[in-house]
Amino acid sequence: MDTKAIGGCAPEAAICARGISRDFEAGQTTIRVLHGIDTDIRSGEMTFVVGESGSGKTTLISIMCGILYPTEGEVKVFGTDIYSLTDTELVNFRLKNIGFIFQQYNLIPSIDVAANAAVPLIAQGVPIAEARERAKVLLDKLNIGNQANKLPRQLSGGQQQRVAIARALVHEPRLVVCDEPTAALDARSGRRVMDLLREVAVAEDRACIIVTHDNRIFDLADRIIVLEDGRITHDGKEMPDGH
Amino acid sequence: MLWIAIRMLTGDAQKFYGLLFGIGFSTLLITQQMTIFVNLVERGASGVYNAPEAEVWVMDPVSRTTDVSYAMPATALDRVRSVEGVEWAVPHLRAQANVRTKEGDLEGVAVIGVDDATLIGLPKRMAEGDKSVLFAPDSVVIDDTGTTRFFPAGVSPIGERLELNDQRAVIRGIADSIPSFTSTVVLYTRYSNALNFVPGTRNRLSFVLVGVSDGQTAEQVAARIEEKTGLKAETRAEFSQAGVNFIIENTGIPTNFGITVFLGFVVGIAIVGLTFSLFLRDNIKQFGALKAIGVTNTKIMAMVAAQAGMVGLIGYALGVMGTVAFIYGFSANPFFKGFYIPWQIPLISLAAVVIILAITGLIAIRSVLKTEPASVFR
Repeated sequence: MDTKAIGGCAPEAAICARGISRDFEAGQTTIRVLHGIDTDIRSGEMTFVVGESGSGKTTLISIMCGILYPTEGEVKVFGTDIYSLTDTELVNFRLKNIGFIFQQYNLIPSIDVAANAAVPLIAQGVPIAEARERAKVLLDKLNIGNQANKLPRQLSGGQQQRVAIARALVHEPRLVVCDEPTAALDARSGRRVMDLLREVAVAEDRACIIVTHDNRIFDLADRIIVLEDGRITHDGKEMPDGH
Repeated sequence: MLWIAIRMLTGDAQKFYGLLFGIGFSTLLITQQMTIFVNLVERGASGVYNAPEAEVWVMDPVSRTTDVSYAMPATALDRVRSVEGVEWAVPHLRAQANVRTKEGDLEGVAVIGVDDATLIGLPKRMAEGDKSVLFAPDSVVIDDTGTTRFFPAGVSPIGERLELNDQRAVIRGIADSIPSFTSTVVLYTRYSNALNFVPGTRNRLSFVLVGVSDGQTAEQVAARIEEKTGLKAETRAEFSQAGVNFIIENTGIPTNFGITVFLGFVVGIAIVGLTFSLFLRDNIKQFGALKAIGVTNTKIMAMVAAQAGMVGLIGYALGVMGTVAFIYGFSANPFFKGFYIPWQIPLISLAAVVIILAITGLIAIRSVLKTEPASVFR
């Protein structure tokens, strides 16, 4: 693994992104959606990446968590230059170090809640029974331990999102990436999920990035990065005026 | 992950059963049609199988099968008997005749004249009566196809009289024989009786059936007979194969059955391909999420292979069981008498199922493999 230093990277940074650009082809046209982004994400913080639709926030976190190659730039996650890894090494790096929470949950409909939460452990080769037990502990912590044997479709949206949170944390990753975690939830459920997420996902040795444009939860952020047209226009504790 | 893959598949009952139906139906069609084909063309050799004692069949050089033969002069029998290595040689007559049934219908029958003294040429087993009944005057033994063709169910033909080519024939036994390709009714009688029943040309001897002496092989004796007599001599294996080949070469059966088997294959690909593609497409988000979480493409392929393997095994088993049930269910029907499933056919069906699943799986999995993990964030 390449662990060489990237210029200006804080040693305590969980993620260090330098000069990140990303182009997409649209027919004959090349569209640049990110323009040389430089940023660090620190452990122990809940960092929000906000911006209008099309501002590039999803592309930025996709690159920062190793599921989309940048056109230019370098990304170090916990000191590892992730895009210098082979495909298999990168997949294994994600499996070990990163937890994902998706907007649509993407739970597997035909396996029960405990098995869904245990998927990363099962993928790591942990025996199913042991993986389920470990998932149940986390489900209990998220107050849905009594739903462990139900199928996802038998749960409410808020409960399904909690299963997704359990799945993201069950293998104790050092980075948690959430894509619009409250978008499909009503205000009350969204707030409850975010409170839970803050309680279980934020830790001294764990970074948490949340992509959102839900202004009802901005007050929960430790740090807010605002993207506009592929460029960072604000980086601070609170949202800038006018947003 | 394979456990998850199987649960993903079985959890979608509609598509799971659709896939089972596709594979099961294909297997059934391929296995059943090939079984019928093989058994049907083997009927071309039924005449050989029904005379189990004969190790070598001697005939006129133009004769091709038991049913396509040219009669030889009676002296051929003595010439064959004089060849070294021939333990015994007996006359065998095969001819067509007409029977007027009790109802007044006219039916074509095959008359087979077996050796007067030894009765060699009769099938090995009798379904009813004893072989010795043929020693009685005007006696014939009917095959089991004839009992169902000529007589109502439950009525024994034993003792019944037939008008065979305007002569009296009395049925005194039922032979347990393999039906011919055309399922023609066969009447067995002694050679001398057959000559009376079937008036004809100067030469009447259809075949000479030969047994070989100890220490000789059928191939050696057949070659020697051909050399010494100028007649055609074939071993039991060669002559039965000739009967099968005749059916294959002179009928449209291979084409017709081949088309059906091919259609079974195509239907399998169509149903399984469509259903499998739909299943994977429905789960594309889940597969995308798994890829993002950290499941490699190799593991994804293993998951899809496990799903295909499970559907294939269960569907294949259902298809083969369906064929067995079909053969068993129709075993009482004389047309299907003696039908069996050669061991090669289930293997061929299995290969077809593997090919169907490989083709459809590869087509279907492309969309999964092409899915970028990042797509789950869109």
